[in-house]
Amino acid sequence: MSERYQVHRSTRASRVAMSLFALVVLALAAAPWWAGRGDLRMLVEIFTYVGLAQMWGLLAGYGGLVSIGQQAFVGLGGYMLFALATFAGVPPLAALLLAGLIAALIAIPTALVAFRLQGAYFAIGTWVIAEVFRLGFAQASALGGGSGMSLPAGIVRDIAASAPAREALIYWLALGLALAAIGMVYLLLRSRWGLAMTAIRDSEPASESLGVETWRTKFVVYVATAGMTGLIGALIFLQKLRISPDAAFSVSDWTALVIFIVVIGGIGSIEGPIIGTIVFFALRELAADWGAWYMILLGGIAVATMLVAPRGIWGVISERWDLQLFPVRRRLVVTGAKADARA
Amino acid sequence: MQEILKLDRVSKAYGSLTVTDDLSLSLGAGEALGVIGPNGAGKSTMFNIIAGGVRPDKGQVYYRGTDVTGAKAARRCRMGIGRSYQIPHPFAGMTVYENLLVGAAFGDDMPRGEGFAHAAHVLEQTGLIDKANVRAGTLTLLERKRLEMARALATRPKLLLLDEIAGGLTEHECNDLVATIKAIHASGVSIIWIEHIVHALLEVVDRLIVINFGAKIAEGDPHEVMNSAEVRQIYMGLEADG
Ligand SMILES: Nc1ncnc2c1ncn2[C@@H]1O[C@H](COP(=O)(O)OP(=O)(O)O)[C@@H](O)[C@H]1O
Ligand SMILES: [Mg+2]
Repeated sequence: MSERYQVHRSTRASRVAMSLFALVVLALAAAPWWAGRGDLRMLVEIFTYVGLAQMWGLLAGYGGLVSIGQQAFVGLGGYMLFALATFAGVPPLAALLLAGLIAALIAIPTALVAFRLQGAYFAIGTWVIAEVFRLGFAQASALGGGSGMSLPAGIVRDIAASAPAREALIYWLALGLALAAIGMVYLLLRSRWGLAMTAIRDSEPASESLGVETWRTKFVVYVATAGMTGLIGALIFLQKLRISPDAAFSVSDWTALVIFIVVIGGIGSIEGPIIGTIVFFALRELAADWGAWYMILLGGIAVATMLVAPRGIWGVISERWDLQLFPVRRRLVVTGAKADARA
Repeated sequence: MQEILKLDRVSKAYGSLTVTDDLSLSLGAGEALGVIGPNGAGKSTMFNIIAGGVRPDKGQVYYRGTDVTGAKAARRCRMGIGRSYQIPHPFAGMTVYENLLVGAAFGDDMPRGEGFAHAAHVLEQTGLIDKANVRAGTLTLLERKRLEMARALATRPKLLLLDEIAGGLTEHECNDLVATIKAIHASGVSIIWIEHIVHALLEVVDRLIVINFGAKIAEGDPHEVMNSAEVRQIYMGLEADG
């Protein structure tokens, strides 16, 4: 009987989209040869936001874990990189990976605390935890206390021989991390974990009743996203070459903007955070010098989106045309003669 | 007959409202048990206690001889208890087929290929195959109820709990549903079915219990129970749509 059924993952739209995506990635990989230094810096920023948005989207959109404290892991990643490179003599790139690993490890006790809280209390709890981190690092005098520290010149030279070479390397790392974040969400969603996470997103009690260990699933998602967020945080500050508690644990830069991006683009998809990031940077280029009006514009757009299209730009598009660019769904195709369903 | 489920004097209260009152129950393997009782009598709560969504204040739940009173719902599902919700809880953003895959992958740890085939088979069995690739959020209420049963079946349960799935069906649809449940029963699955559509229930079940104010007030041969004076009195209002 089973040969009558086939399960298809990709669609024509997804095959076209994946080919285009591959071309865009190739073009982006060559950017150090065709783009100016200013453009490269902005692309690095875009890539880090794509990565952060993928992670927040995974956490909130699938795990149902609406965190407003992901800056805890951005800052932790950044500080760990600086500490490991400066005091332990770890080469910067190795320190980057270790920083992500440490962020994931720290996420374990953090989860044990935060998971005791539900809904809004969870959100506030994550923010409080991030504040505790910020205050803690502000006390660490070896790391410059409240005013922070710069990466010593010798270590900066360790990254690459010249400033352009360093910037190109950081550019490729940022592109690689954005792709890794997208790839991580993509592979997770296509796996058994993806079934569990999407089910939890839609109904936690029903997931439990169907055998899904919801606590364990959310825990794994939380720790994995924390690790990737820490890795991205480390890269952000490797580019900036300077870190301070307020910059590292900024709720507006590393969480509020990221939530804006995910809400605008569309929660619960891979496409949404990418679209949201592009929209956000377009808005910023357009309106950044409007001062307070710029923030009001962003807030207004976010509120309007939540009211008119709660699933964001991609939610509207994908529902309207039943589209998915990243093939994560499972479509059943019945071949051969159709049996009477209720024989 | 071997016992598949036993409730031993379970009680549950929400505040001052006793919803399950010193309830005991035994179900043999392969048996089909019907449950009736007025709205608010505590029938769905009894399912929550059996499936693990609600922990009783007092008493024990045994499944195949194991005390599962403290076991989480997910574990009980993997042990073989499959349930439907009276108020459907579809995974609205997933397709109907993916809804079933969740059950197949986690409720029974089926390997991928087997799970894919089993879920498709259940869709045919429950008449949902034409909706396989439709997002569950777009289903009508009746289709959602059918999805509840299909999803529970996808976990390959040994004990199936059905909570009011026949309401609102046409006579023809109801006959189809009865035939489907009979076939599931015939394949060896134990069933507890809460249902207001009594004539449908009586076609399937071997035994009937009546619950009122959280307590079991009658039990036995379905027709005898239905004809008892006590049940007629309590059940008067509901008999009309049966
Ligand atoms: N989580 C809950 N909190 C408070 N009261 C509840 C809860 N669940 C059920 N009840 C109450 O318990 C009673 C029994 O409910 P239920 O088991 O759903 O009855 P039935 O399925 O027989 O209609 C009702 O009065 C209902 O309002
Ligand atoms: Mg009920």
